Amino acid sequence: MTGWVIMAATGLGTLLLRSSFTVFVGDRRMPATLTRALRFVPAAVMTALVTPAVFLVDGRLDLTFDNLRWPAAAVAAVVAWKTGNIAYTIAVGMVTLWIAQALL
Amino acid sequence: MIAIVPFGLIVGITAAKVGFGPVLGIGASAFVFAGASQLAAMALYADQAAIVVAVATALVINARFVMYSAALRAHFQHLSAPARTGLSHLMTDQAFALSIVDFPPQPPDEVRPHRHWFYFGVAFPLFVDWMATTAIGYVAGAAVPDSWGLEFAVVLVFLALIFPAVTDRPSVMAAFAAGVTAVATHSLPYRLGLPLAAVVGITAGVISERRQS
Repeated sequence: MTGWVIMAATGLGTLLLRSSFTVFVGDRRMPATLTRALRFVPAAVMTALVTPAVFLVDGRLDLTFDNLRWPAAAVAAVVAWKTGNIAYTIAVGMVTLWIAQALL
Repeated sequence: MIAIVPFGLIVGITAAKVGFGPVLGIGASAFVFAGASQLAAMALYADQAAIVVAVATALVINARFVMYSAALRAHFQHLSAPARTGLSHLMTDQAFALSIVDFPPQPPDEVRPHRHWFYFGVAFPLFVDWMATTAIGYVAGAAVPDSWGLEFAVVLVFLALIFPAVTDRPSVMAAFAAGVTAVATHSLPYRLGLPLAAVVGITAGVISERRQS
């Protein structure tokens, strides 16, 4: 049930965002402050989703090699940066994690 | 086109892994049709975050559509409201980027009446592609053993999405501040640390930009 509520609200809210100007606001410009803030949303939100998943183990910071997610993510980050390709990033990150788990 | 295939597969697999039924798991792709937000909402659902936090995070990720909506408005203004709503729902990063490249800047009164067909021609195949890959991912998801640790693939998708967004010093500051805050505030209940980190990151970016100019 919770899943339905979350996805329905996300879908409805997203439709409102998408049609904000095309359907609702019409011929008005976006406030400059909003444009400036929106520019930083992807960088901020994506990084905030990644760092706890990579650096925390059971809620504690773990930068040792007991936590193999951070080295795998570091290798994947280089691939993401150099290629900009999601498929390569997933493939290299997962394979690095599996190899590291097998070796250590 | 090809680039969204792994993304759609991961969304489908994740929907199966978090326990969504087929109607919700695949239907959400049609109704939300925005991969990063779908992944974030599902990850937060699996983490038992508060509903408000899950929805707010997904909507913040999708806030960029407001910019696209403002840019596309002039090209849709001669259409009926249902047509504008339908075309708006098909809005994606790719459809926007590809059609804006082909929509050169021009005075609003020179808008050509058939531009929306070009946009539709880019946007609709992406929608079909998205539905197909999510459905395949959903069916495959049941067969993927938990030991593969595929929830890490979701993290890798987000990781891949950081780099195109980090283009200059202020955006690096935004990412860094948000990343550190998210780790530092992770123990807050209902994953409230996430929206907090987003706000801190965006503020850091705005301040850094203001200092630069």
